[in-house]
Amino acid sequence: MTRSTTEPEVQQAELAEKSAFRGWTPVSSNLNPYIPPAFITLILVIGHLSFGILESYQKTMLAIVASIACELVLGRLLLKRWPNLASAYITGISVGILLRAPGYWPYVVCALLSITSKYVLRVNGRHIFNPSNFGICAMLFLASDAVATLSIQWGNNLAAMAVIWVLGSLIIWRARRFHICATYVASFLLLSFVRSWITGDPWLSEVSPITGPEYQLFIFFMITDPKTTVKSKLGQCIVAFSVAVVEMFFRLDQSIYAPLYALFCTGPVALLIEMARNSRRSGLRSPNVLNTGTV
Amino acid sequence: MKKVQIARILVTLFFVGLLMTPAIMRRYTSAHSDSSKTTLDRQTALTRHGFYLEEVSHAAGIDFVHQAPTLDAKLAKIMPEVASMGASVSIVDFDRDGWPDIYVTNSAESSKNHLYRNMHDGTFKDVAEEMGIADVNQPGTGVSMGAVWGDYDNDGYEDLFLIKWGRPELFHNDGGKGFTRVSEQAGLPPWINTNTAVWFDYDDDGLLDLFVGGYYSEDVDLWHLKSTRMMPDSFEYAKNGGRKYLFHNLGGGKFEEVSAKLGIESRRWALASGAADLRGTGHQDLFVANDYGVSELYRFDGKRFHEVGGQAGVGFAPKSGMSVSFGDIFNQGKYAVYVSNISEDGALIQGNNLWVPKEGTEGDATQYENLARDLGVELGGWSFGAQFGDLNNDGNLDLYVTNGYVSLDRNRSYWYDFTKIAGGNSTIIGDAKDWPAIDGRSLSGYQQKHVWLNDGAGKFVDVAQAIGATDTYDGRAVVFADLWINGALDVIEANQRGPLLVYKNTVSPESKWIEFDLHGTRSNRSAIGASVELDWNGQKQIQTVSGGSGFSAQNDRRLHFGLGKNPQLEKAVIHWPSRKVQTLDSLNPDKLYSIEEPQ
Repeated sequence: MTRSTTEPEVQQAELAEKSAFRGWTPVSSNLNPYIPPAFITLILVIGHLSFGILESYQKTMLAIVASIACELVLGRLLLKRWPNLASAYITGISVGILLRAPGYWPYVVCALLSITSKYVLRVNGRHIFNPSNFGICAMLFLASDAVATLSIQWGNNLAAMAVIWVLGSLIIWRARRFHICATYVASFLLLSFVRSWITGDPWLSEVSPITGPEYQLFIFFMITDPKTTVKSKLGQCIVAFSVAVVEMFFRLDQSIYAPLYALFCTGPVALLIEMARNSRRSGLRSPNVLNTGTV
Repeated sequence: MKKVQIARILVTLFFVGLLMTPAIMRRYTSAHSDSSKTTLDRQTALTRHGFYLEEVSHAAGIDFVHQAPTLDAKLAKIMPEVASMGASVSIVDFDRDGWPDIYVTNSAESSKNHLYRNMHDGTFKDVAEEMGIADVNQPGTGVSMGAVWGDYDNDGYEDLFLIKWGRPELFHNDGGKGFTRVSEQAGLPPWINTNTAVWFDYDDDGLLDLFVGGYYSEDVDLWHLKSTRMMPDSFEYAKNGGRKYLFHNLGGGKFEEVSAKLGIESRRWALASGAADLRGTGHQDLFVANDYGVSELYRFDGKRFHEVGGQAGVGFAPKSGMSVSFGDIFNQGKYAVYVSNISEDGALIQGNNLWVPKEGTEGDATQYENLARDLGVELGGWSFGAQFGDLNNDGNLDLYVTNGYVSLDRNRSYWYDFTKIAGGNSTIIGDAKDWPAIDGRSLSGYQQKHVWLNDGAGKFVDVAQAIGATDTYDGRAVVFADLWINGALDVIEANQRGPLLVYKNTVSPESKWIEFDLHGTRSNRSAIGASVELDWNGQKQIQTVSGGSGFSAQNDRRLHFGLGKNPQLEKAVIHWPSRKVQTLDSLNPDKLYSIEEPQ
């Protein structure tokens, strides 16, 4: 995906970059930019103080520090300015919670991969993978002997779980992205009937995964990430539904990390389709805009 | 070329480097952990590693194949997974002829346990029937899960506590000529579902007490389920398991259950336990490895037990604890604790734990750190029983780990469905009817064992395939004993739905050894809890007589020390449970010392 870049394209990319480095916070929402990082910190604190979800403080801190440091260095190096660190913080903390590895190095490599992917895997100045989704999937593909993800229940305290679901829903609502979560959850539940019918397994065993913490992070922080989702509300709902459908096929193939892989496959495709449609429309006005390449 | 373009190229190269890192790490790790994946001929193994194992069970007259129980039909769809334990082995010299015998449990209804008497010529003869401890799995009484031996009445003969899902049993050893069932007189409960028990004298009164750890709740009859809601209510935080029992030996064959009174009230799913003075406090510590949760470390202050696993560092990250074994791996007079867990590539990487006391901490302030990864003993598989012992007599404790859970169809795995349900809320995971059918699939099946050799310099190297431990049965219990009394630790391995394997050990004769057979007088007669601190060649190693360790297992009570080549023995200091300290000088290698506690 390398190419030579023209000055206007660099400017366009850097403009997009400035927008992108506002972090997870959607530009059009009326959400305080510090709420998403605060929320994921709350999940971490509740989860850990209630059930001890973390492998260790050191590993989570390592992921956060590596993520932030990488963001600072790459931002400075490529954009010549200090980036907003909210996105990197969320990425680091997601890696710290979701990744399960006995060693320390996977946390560092995963965090660095996640952040670096934002700067390397880009189309039209826009990164196309959700950073932590990319990092974790890459580790699962490449280091399955050394890592797994949090795929287990972190306790049975329904009150704590309810707090996370309710708070998460409220925050997502204010961020004007609740429809994405709702579409995905509804699709997952609907398709769980289909999976149960096909496999003959109890329906509750098909529903079981969504009651776990991995899905809370997946739903509130990955599929709703503004920088790697399409713009239109209808499009977002279609993508959320598509993720659930692709996940179903992964599940029927007995893939343990079905939701992560589904987003890994679906998210970039949706973005590329949106970009192609946008460029075709723009192309009618100005034929020299569509470019893909490495920033 | 502009600076920003150079930077972009460098960042891209950095990204590619990151993608390559896992492969580099894998190559580095395998280069430092597995010396050999291939089987060596005996002479080469002897030359390279100092020993080899030869599986001789059939030649030794042992043709035992474990049978699993058939539980309530409501569990039929996940039966292989639920009925996945019960293969156990323990070593006892039940007739005091000086030769270690082997007791092995069976778990099908009406199946029989076997007691293999050592015939002193390399063969064994099953005498369980005539001794009265064979027919112990009758329908309605539950089935055997394990056995631990201890002389609870100090008459000189080892008595048998039978660990069961069902009615636990205590058998009195009648002078090595037979066994009498004394469960009711002892005051044992009518029904518990347990997989672990350990004899130890927690109050140092000279009478062996007994800890018993429940797995399924004691109100569950697995053959007549009132409800299918009997599974763990969480994969990592389950607290709906069986209760714990601490039977205080009152003498005269009577026991008093004192667990709650003394502070042991956990309902975690205990699978393994061990007791020793781990932290040099003068009191026995009790370490419990729990499935579906954190491990527990109980400190005894002379009056009560206190659960200090969290503050000691061993009770933080919940895993699937399945074995507890103690070993002085650095020859520093301090115990490390090995706890086995689950690791399956691409599914769940818990890693086994090797808890080592942190430098500068001791006594009640002892802190542990997990060095399993650093020392190379982390990734076993679906690990069960593990034991420390010096297999090549080089003076360093090695580690034998069994692996493998359910071996059915080699080509179809249950892992996906397992993780699906394991992630669920308690209302789902806790009910067996919600679990997907296993349908003939394997779950971490056909796994190799690990024989990790301690190089004495801070690394363990897996030599299992090279030295002949090549079986892939579903390993459960493993024990060490010098069955041939020739100074080599032999390995006896019990496999679920598989054969009892006897690996005879041949060790290079240049490597010396010494063994101690301790007998208490003021302390309990079995000398359980007594430790020997051996000084030689400027180093010291400590070992304790154990009342049960590993998973559903008990090693020979005799303590075996490898000494390496040309050892200069200095002294052995015996710390008896009565607090008497005995020092032995003028010791010679290649000898078994029978020591009686001075009055």
